[in-house]
Amino acid sequence: MAISSSTSGSSTSPAITLEVPAPRRKSIIPGGTLYRGREGMWSWVLHRITGVAIYFFLLVHILDTALVRVSPEAYNIVIGSYQTPFMGVAEIALVGAIVFHAFNGIRIILVDFWNIGTKHHVALFYVVLGLWLATMIAFTPRHLMHVFGW
Amino acid sequence: MTVTIETPRSPSRPRAKGINWEKWGWIYMRASGIVLVVLIFGHLFVNLMVGEGVKAIDFAFVAGKFTDPFWVVWDTAMLWLALIHGANGMRTIVNDYASSATLRKVLHTSLLLSTIALLVLGTLTIYAFDPCPAGSPAELLPSFCASVK
Repeated sequence: MAISSSTSGSSTSPAITLEVPAPRRKSIIPGGTLYRGREGMWSWVLHRITGVAIYFFLLVHILDTALVRVSPEAYNIVIGSYQTPFMGVAEIALVGAIVFHAFNGIRIILVDFWNIGTKHHVALFYVVLGLWLATMIAFTPRHLMHVFGW
Repeated sequence: MTVTIETPRSPSRPRAKGINWEKWGWIYMRASGIVLVVLIFGHLFVNLMVGEGVKAIDFAFVAGKFTDPFWVVWDTAMLWLALIHGANGMRTIVNDYASSATLRKVLHTSLLLSTIALLVLGTLTIYAFDPCPAGSPAELLPSFCASVK
């Protein structure tokens, strides 16, 4: 990819002209080949979706924990709903979202601050997926044992 | 094939004077994010992996943690860092998708008010907490309540 700078508009911020490979096939998706699609986009999509999901869980989790100041009975009833089989399985999805958001967040920091992070952002995404899988393999059986009393 | 991209840093208008809040928000997301990985992984490990996991969580379990200064500091840091991190992330999403000025204002205000309310509620939950409330059955309370009475 050849990069040449040419001054246009503001004198302090030259535009960049990139030589990019032509698309291999005509795509019905508009927007070119620079950003849309592939690992970069999907990491961004997953980071948003998991972030929103974790945020709304956090709101509920602060409220349910606040029940310890209402009464021990009130807290135990509500926290008991976290221990049902249905919620036990949902907690695997919650932990999966948190672990992805955590590892992908570290990937974003590396892309921002590590001098080769941008060049290797795709490889870093597969490292994130690998670490996510390893963490979930460690967590899921243990959690299912607790929830179902195996 | 050539594509011309304006330099990402090109200012669309001259930078306003004063504190660059967007820059500090950007830095906050990364700084708090690193700390939150440690805090939340520790929280999940202790509450879901160790011992009986989620089945062990009840009033007595929480009372044990909220009377331990280590977990008080841990949970306070987690509450403040996570809720502000999450609210700022939601603000970014509102900025991306809410196109009307009124809707933006409503959503930004809701985020601000709910964040302040939950920070106050959460902090009170940790610090204005009575592990041995009078009149509660002893079997629901942590074992150390027996020696307090």
